[in-house]
This record gives sequence, C-alpha cells and structure tokens, in this order.
Amino acid sequence: MADFVIVGAGECGARAAFALREKGFDGTITLIGSETHLPYERPPLSKEALVAGAGPKLVADAERYAAAGIAVLSGRTVLEIDRAGRRVRLDDGTALPYDKLLLATGARPRTLPGMACGGRIAALRSHDDATRIRAHLVEGSHVAILGGGFIGLELAASACTLGASVTLIEGLPRVLSRGVPAEIAAIIASRHAAEGVEVLCGAKVAGIAERPGEVRLTLEDGRIVAASLLVVGIGAVPNTELAEAAGLAVDNGIAVDGLLCTSDPDILAAGDCTSYPLPLYGDRRVRLESWRNAQEQGQLAAANMLGGGEAHCAVPWFWSDQYDMTLQIAGLADGAAATVRRDLGEGAFLLFHLDAEGRLIAASGIGKGNAVARDIRLAEMLIAARRHPDPAALAAPETRLKTLLAA
Amino acid sequence: MSDTWIEVCAADEIDEEDVIRFDHAGRTFAIYRSPEDTYHATDGLCTHEKIHLADGLVMDHIIECPKHNGRFDYKTGEAKGAPVCVDLRTYPVKVEGGTVFIGL
Ligand SMILES: Cc1cc2nc3c(=O)[nH]c(=O)nc-3n(C[C@H](O)[C@H](O)[C@H](O)COP(=O)(O)OP(=O)(O)OC[C@H]3O[C@@H](n4cnc5c(N)ncnc54)[C@H](O)[C@@H]3O)c2cc1C
Ligand code: FES
Repeated sequence: MADFVIVGAGECGARAAFALREKGFDGTITLIGSETHLPYERPPLSKEALVAGAGPKLVADAERYAAAGIAVLSGRTVLEIDRAGRRVRLDDGTALPYDKLLLATGARPRTLPGMACGGRIAALRSHDDATRIRAHLVEGSHVAILGGGFIGLELAASACTLGASVTLIEGLPRVLSRGVPAEIAAIIASRHAAEGVEVLCGAKVAGIAERPGEVRLTLEDGRIVAASLLVVGIGAVPNTELAEAAGLAVDNGIAVDGLLCTSDPDILAAGDCTSYPLPLYGDRRVRLESWRNAQEQGQLAAANMLGGGEAHCAVPWFWSDQYDMTLQIAGLADGAAATVRRDLGEGAFLLFHLDAEGRLIAASGIGKGNAVARDIRLAEMLIAARRHPDPAALAAPETRLKTLLAA
Repeated sequence: MSDTWIEVCAADEIDEEDVIRFDHAGRTFAIYRSPEDTYHATDGLCTHEKIHLADGLVMDHIIECPKHNGRFDYKTGEAKGAPVCVDLRTYPVKVEGGTVFIGL
C-alpha cells in the first residue's frame, strides 16, 4: 500500500487530501501542519470573520477527515525531507516514509527588515494573528496599516466597521498597484476615504518605535502617526526553505512544471508556495496567491500524485470584499494593449483587457455585492477559450456575454 | 406530501438557461429554466456562505455561485465539489397556463 504525505495543512493541502480519496486512492494519507487548528479558510480572516470575531471557518470538520481516512497531524512541523530515504522528519523527532510527497507549505507575511512581529506590531496570515489584531479593533482605537494591498485594504474596511480609526500608509503613488487597473483602485481608495480611512499614498516610513501604550511611525515627510497597533501588510513570501534545503529547484516559489512536479518526480508542490508556467500566457512563470488557485492546484496535484498526467491550464481568478463592494479579477492584465469598459448600472462596471491581437487576456470588475460576478465568470471562459471578442459587443451591456462564448 | 402551489412569475420572464430570485414568506428561492425548457427550484442561498445564487451563472444544468464559484446541479440540488459540500434543497415546480408555480 502506498504512503502519501502532504506537508502544509492549509486550503491546498486539505483539498488535495480529500481529492486523493475522491479519486480512489486507498493508501495512507498524512496531512501535516504547523498550525494547531484543522485546515481553515483564510479569506474570511480580513473580512466578515474578523468583524464577527468568529472562530476559524474549517475546510472540513474532524469527522470528515476521519471518515475519509485522512490522518491530520496538527501543530507539527516538517523540518527536513530525506529524498534518498524517501522520508520526512518532523519536529517531534519522528520520521514518516512517503511514496509521493506534496509540498503545500503556503506563504508567510513579508516583514520589515529587522522588525519582527510581536508587541504592537502584527501581520495577518493566520487565525491566531486575526484574534490578536481584533483585540485592538475597538471603538475609538487607532490602527496603522502599512501596505495598500488587498489584505491591508480589507483589514482597513473591517477595522472601520468595528469603529476603529485607520491610517493606511502606501509607499507607491496609489493603492493596489499590483494587478489592479488604476480606474478600479481609485474607486476603492475613494470609498475608503469616504468611510473615514486616512489613506496616505507615496508615503515612506522613516522609523518605527514602540512606546508604552502605542506604536509610532515617523514618515519621511516628518509626519508622525501614533497608533495602538501597526499591521504590516506588505506582501507574502513563499515557504520554500524545506524544498531548497532538499535541493529542489526554487524560482520565486518552489518551481514546478505544468503537472506540478518539482525537480524530483516523487515530490509535487501546489498553492501559494509554488511558481509554475501558465500556458494561456505563453508559459510565463508565475506564483499566484489566490484561494481558488490553491484549491485547483490541490486537486490537480492529487490527480498527478496518482499518475493522472493532467496539466494545469486554469485562468487566474481572485476576489476581494471591502464594505459592500466586491472586486473580481480573471486573467493577467499586464501586456494589455487595449481596455474596453462595460457599465452595468449602479456604479458597477467591468474592464476587459485585450492584447495587441485583440485576444481577451483579463477582465476586472467592481460593484456592489455580486453585480460583476456573472460577467467576470463568462469573461474567464472567453479568456480560457483564447477568444478575440468584438470590443463593441463587450462594451454594450445589452449584449449577453454568453452569446459571445457560443459564437 | 401536501404542497401548496405558489405563483412565481410568467414562464417567459426567465430566459432559457437562466435563473431568477424569488422571495416568499421570508424565504428566498432560485428558480431556473434549463436549456431543455424545463423549470426547477432550489433554496436561494448558497450552502457555503449565504449568497444569492440568482446572481450566479447557469451553464447547462449547473448553477455556479457568484461568490466563489461553488457548483450545484439545480435539478437535484447536488453540490458538485469544493468549496461547496452541502447539497441544496430542491422544490417541485409546475408550469400552468404560462405561469410558473413552486410547491412549498
Ligand atoms: C487575510 C487573508 C485574506 C485573503 N483573502 C483572499 C481573497 O479574498 N481572495 C483570494 O482569492 N485569496 C485570498 N487570500 C489568499 C488565500 O487565502 C491563499 O491563497 C490560500 O490560503 C493559499 O493556500 P495554501 O494552502 O497554498 O497556503 P496556506 O493557506 O498558507 O497554508 C499553508 C500551511 O502550511 C503550513 N506549513 C508551512 N510549512 C510547513 C512545514 N514545514 N511543516 C508543516 N506545516 C507547514 C503553514 O503553517 C500553513 O498552515 C487571503 C489570504 C489571507 C492571509
Ligand atoms: S458562497 Fe457560494 S461558493 Fe462560497
């Protein structure tokens, strides 16, 4: 009987474990994770769960793991991969043999040089981080958020909702400069401003000092921001050390091929920790930090651990919720030669991004609730089908995108 | 089973391969018209998070949730995999004289 081991009990590792059983694998499955909770969903940590102070939203409860015969080792960290002996060594001194190994180690928050989290400085990745941050988000408190990316902005919206006042500091000239069109980022920034968030773009931090009862940031222009908590949201770094120490290829993430295989055919990697070639974008190597990618790659890794030989050919997809607005993005917009706007009413709109040949390569949309969801989904299918849709049809809200797909 | 038939809408108010939201007595439902021109009804909210499925996309006999793309077979209510794992409840539907009714 084969032994399959999964390192990293997050979204990706958990989905892979269940997918192995769904695909009929009858050997042992051991899912090992450093965190003490069962695998849970991270997106709510900066959104509704943070506002509600809810417990972790589990991917599956303990009974489902038991019923599927998946052994979950929580609070255990894998320290080493012994490729020659096909074993992983854990922090409790035990060693587990594997026939196939999946690395789904995810990512961790990037930290400021020389500045660890602790005290009044926090980052947001885990449920425990969220619990710690939430304790500071009370009526009348003041939080400083460093970084105008998705996590910083979602946290700002949640903090505002809880009655805290927020200063958000972004070093670049605008928020969401990575992957989000300026037109949409501007709407998000102005909504935050309208809700009372102080958004400081193009602001560089000169110094950070913790004092009794507060943390103080000095900006390069001399301004001082005093807050009860500083949350650093300046991106994530992939957890590649384990792979690197085992001699596996690493290139902005554990480097895998289209089948999610590392440079060792018995070791696969998936989710936030990997970089891989995207066939729809000329096999450009990317590392995506997205929930659906973690799920899809987990499922694909399971199929390929069983020798399925399926290649990854998905369209990147991401969403973010802030206040009552949802943003969704499908595809990768960089390299777009033209943009077409489609207005859906009540302020909701989509931007379609076309390359020089008129091929649809990405679509971004924002609106209240799920106003843009259906069109983004159809855009995703058009992208996957490498279509060159008529820009005039894309721009006309009365043209149903479904008809373009059928065309 | 003693269904009470509640009037929903005119049959042609739902496009083929599409869905509408129907609220009744404090509950919310999703009413579908399939590509084969049959009508179906399920609970209106996704079982992952409470999101209105009527904002989602109908492709063939699948409704896809607008929030995180969870998929259900709207004819049987079956959840078709991650992130949804709990099935949707379905309800009987009939079309009489060009009007759609849901059995509650
Ligand atoms: C606050 C927040 C909000 C988000 N919101 C969105 C959103 O709105 N939309 C979206 O698309 N995505 C969102 N994401 C991103 C999404 O959650 C991630 O892409 C997803 O969690 C990646 O899953 P993963 O399993 O690859 O990695 P992770 O979820 O990071 O899981 C990896 C796990 O492996 C464990 N691990 C690492 N090394 C070891 C080791 N050596 N031994 C044992 N265990 C180990 C880690 O402790 C961790 O638990 C959000 C993320 C965060 C943090
Ligand atoms: S709310 Fe429907 S899939 Fe998440």
